[in-house]
Amino acid sequence: MLWLGAIVLLVVIVPVVVYLLNGVLQAARSIVPAVEGIAAVAAAGSKDLDAAPLLLTTQDQVTQTVAGLANYGGSLDVILDDAEPAR
Amino acid sequence: MSAVGAVFLVAVLLIVLALVYFLVSTIVALRRITAGLDEVIAGVGEIVEKSAPVNDVVTAINEQLDAGVDLLEGLLVQKAGLSDAVGLVDGMYPGAAAAGLRNFPGSSTLHPPRIGEVYTRGTLTLARLGREAPIAALSPQGAVLRNVEGGSRAARALYPDVRHTTPEKLPSSPVIGAGAPVQYEQREDIGAPRKRLPSKRS
Repeated sequence: MLWLGAIVLLVVIVPVVVYLLNGVLQAARSIVPAVEGIAAVAAAGSKDLDAAPLLLTTQDQVTQTVAGLANYGGSLDVILDDAEPAR
Repeated sequence: MSAVGAVFLVAVLLIVLALVYFLVSTIVALRRITAGLDEVIAGVGEIVEKSAPVNDVVTAINEQLDAGVDLLEGLLVQKAGLSDAVGLVDGMYPGAAAAGLRNFPGSSTLHPPRIGEVYTRGTLTLARLGREAPIAALSPQGAVLRNVEGGSRAARALYPDVRHTTPEKLPSSPVIGAGAPVQYEQREDIGAPRKRLPSKRS
C-alpha cells in the first residue's frame, strides 16, 4: 500500500503540481508585455498633451478675432442698407 | 531508511523544488507587473492633470465661435435677405443650403437661388454691397440677369469675331490695285509741271 501511494505521488501528483504552477507562471508572464505597452502608451499620451496649454493662446486669439469681427460687422451694419422685405 | 521512504522523500523533494521555482518566477513576474502599473498610473495622472483645463477652454472657444457665427449669419440675412443669403452660402459651399442657416430654422427648406453660378465672387460682393448697382437691380427679387448657359455667347455677341459673322456682316474693306472693283482715275495735274500764272504788270 505504501508503494502504491509513493508511486501515485511521484507519477501523478508531482506532474499535476508542476503543470498548475507552470500555468500560473505563464499567465503572469503574459501580463508583463501588456502592462509595459500600456505604460508606453500612457507616457506617449501624456507627451501629446504637452501642447494643451497652447489652447489658452488659441482662446485669446479667438476672443480677439471675434471682437474684431464684431467691430467689422458693426461697421458693415452702418454702411450697408438692409435687404428689402420679400415681396 | 526503507525504499518506500526514499521514494516518498524524492517525491516531496521534487514537489518542493517545483513550488520554489514556479512561485519565485511568478513573484518576479508580478513585481514587473507592479512596476509597469506604477508607470501607467504616473502617465495617466499626467494625462488627467494636463487635460483638466481643456474642457473649459474648448467650451469657451466654442462659445466665442458660436457668437461669431451668429453675428455673421445675422448680418448676412439682414443685408442680403434670407433667400439670397442661403443662395450665397450655397454658391460658396455647394450643398450647404441643405443644412440651412443655424439661427434660421426655415432656411433649410428654401430653394437657394443659383447665385454662385452666375456671378463671380467679386461681382457678388459688389452686388451685395450696393443694391442700387445695375447688376443687382433685378437679381435680389427677380430672375438672374445673365443666362447661365448662354452667358458666354451673349458676351461674345458684343464684339465682332474674326469672320465678321456677328453681330452682323460688316462692310468689306476697300480693295486697291489693278483688280480693284473701283478704279480711281488719276488726275492729270498730279505730277505735271505746275502751271505758271501770268505775272503781274507793274
